[in-house]
Amino acid sequence: MTYILMIYEVFKVGLFSVGGGLATLPFWFELAKKYPDWIAEKEITDMIAVAESTPGPIGVNMATYAGFQSTGVLGGIVATLSLILPSIIVILIVAKILKKFKDSVLVKDLFYGLRASVAGLICASTLNILLQNLTVQGVQTFSFDYKKVILFAGILLGVLKFKKHPLVYIALGAAFGVLFGL
Amino acid sequence: MKSVKELLNLYMAFFRIGAFTFGGGYAMLPMLEKEIVEKYKWATTEELMDYFAISQCTPGVIAVNTATFIGYKQRGVVGGIAATLGVVTPSIIIISLLALVLGKIYEMQAVKHAFAGIGVAVCAVLVQAVVKLGKAGLVDKITWIICIVSFVLAFFFDDSTIGIIVLAGIVGIICKRLSRKRAEEKEGKQI
Repeated sequence: MTYILMIYEVFKVGLFSVGGGLATLPFWFELAKKYPDWIAEKEITDMIAVAESTPGPIGVNMATYAGFQSTGVLGGIVATLSLILPSIIVILIVAKILKKFKDSVLVKDLFYGLRASVAGLICASTLNILLQNLTVQGVQTFSFDYKKVILFAGILLGVLKFKKHPLVYIALGAAFGVLFGL
Repeated sequence: MKSVKELLNLYMAFFRIGAFTFGGGYAMLPMLEKEIVEKYKWATTEELMDYFAISQCTPGVIAVNTATFIGYKQRGVVGGIAATLGVVTPSIIIISLLALVLGKIYEMQAVKHAFAGIGVAVCAVLVQAVVKLGKAGLVDKITWIICIVSFVLAFFFDDSTIGIIVLAGIVGIICKRLSRKRAEEKEGKQI
C-alpha cells in the first residue's frame, strides 16, 4: 500500500469516526476487507488488545499498529498523523468559533446542558470500566474478583486521603497486581 | 524564548498524559485533572467538560481533541499542534517498540498481573476524578435530571452519544430560557 493511499484512507477514518477511539473500529474492519494485504481482519482483535493494554488513546494506538504492520516505523508515524489531522483541523475551527462566541448567552446555556450530560456519560463509561476491571476474566458468568475489589477499595481510600499524582496509584496497582497474582 | 518554553511545556505535559493513560477515552481524566487543571492551570474543570462534550460530537479521538483545544487556548494554532503531537508521540514509540521486539513480553504472566493491577488502580483514580467533575457540572435540579437521564440512556440502552449530547444541549437552552422568563415575570409582577 502506498503512503498516499494510506494517508487518504486513514484520514477518512479520522474524519468520520465520531465519539472517540473505539468508534474507529468499524472503519478498520472495512479497510481490512478492502486491503487485506495491509491489515488482516484477524489482526484487528490483536490490535484492540494491544491498544487497550498499552498507554495512550486507543484510536491512536490502533492507527500506529496498523501502519506499523504495513510498512514499519514510518508507516506507523504516517498512519498516526493521518488519523489525527482531520480532528486537529475540525477542533481548531470549533475552538476559533467558540472563542468568538464564548460570552454569548446561547453558548452559555448550551454548555449548561452539555456539562450535565457529559457528567452522566462519563459515569456510564466509568461504570463499564469498573465492571470490566473488577470482575473475573475469561469466564462466562459474571462475578466480582474479590482480590481486585479489595485492591480497588484500598487504592480508592489512598486516593481520597492523599492527593498524590495518579501515576503513584497506577504504579502501586501494578506492584500489587504482581504481588497478589491478579 | 518564553514562547518556546511554553510550547515545550505543552508538548511535555501531553506527552506524559499520553504515556500514562491506560484504557483510552475518559481514563485519561485523572491525568488531565492533575496536569492541566491543578499543575499548570491551563483550564478549569468546567472547561474540561466542555471540551469532552465537543469532542464527543466532533470526529476523532477524544484525547487528541482535548489536547488540540487546550493547546490552542494557550498558544494558538501552533500550541494546538504541539499539544496534539505530544499526546500521540508515546503511542508511536510504545506501539512500534512492542511490534518490533517486545511482543513476547505480553505473554509473560507477571506482566499480565501487573496490567490487571493497573486496571484496578485506574478504576480508583477515575472514580475520584468523576466525583470532582460531577461537582463542577451538577449545579441545580435540572442538571441532575439531565445527568441521570444521560447516564441511563448511555449505560442501559447504549444510545448514540452524539444524540444524547445534542438533546441535552437543546434541553439546557430551553430550560435556561424558561427559568429566565419566569424570573422576569416575577419581577414584572412585583413592580
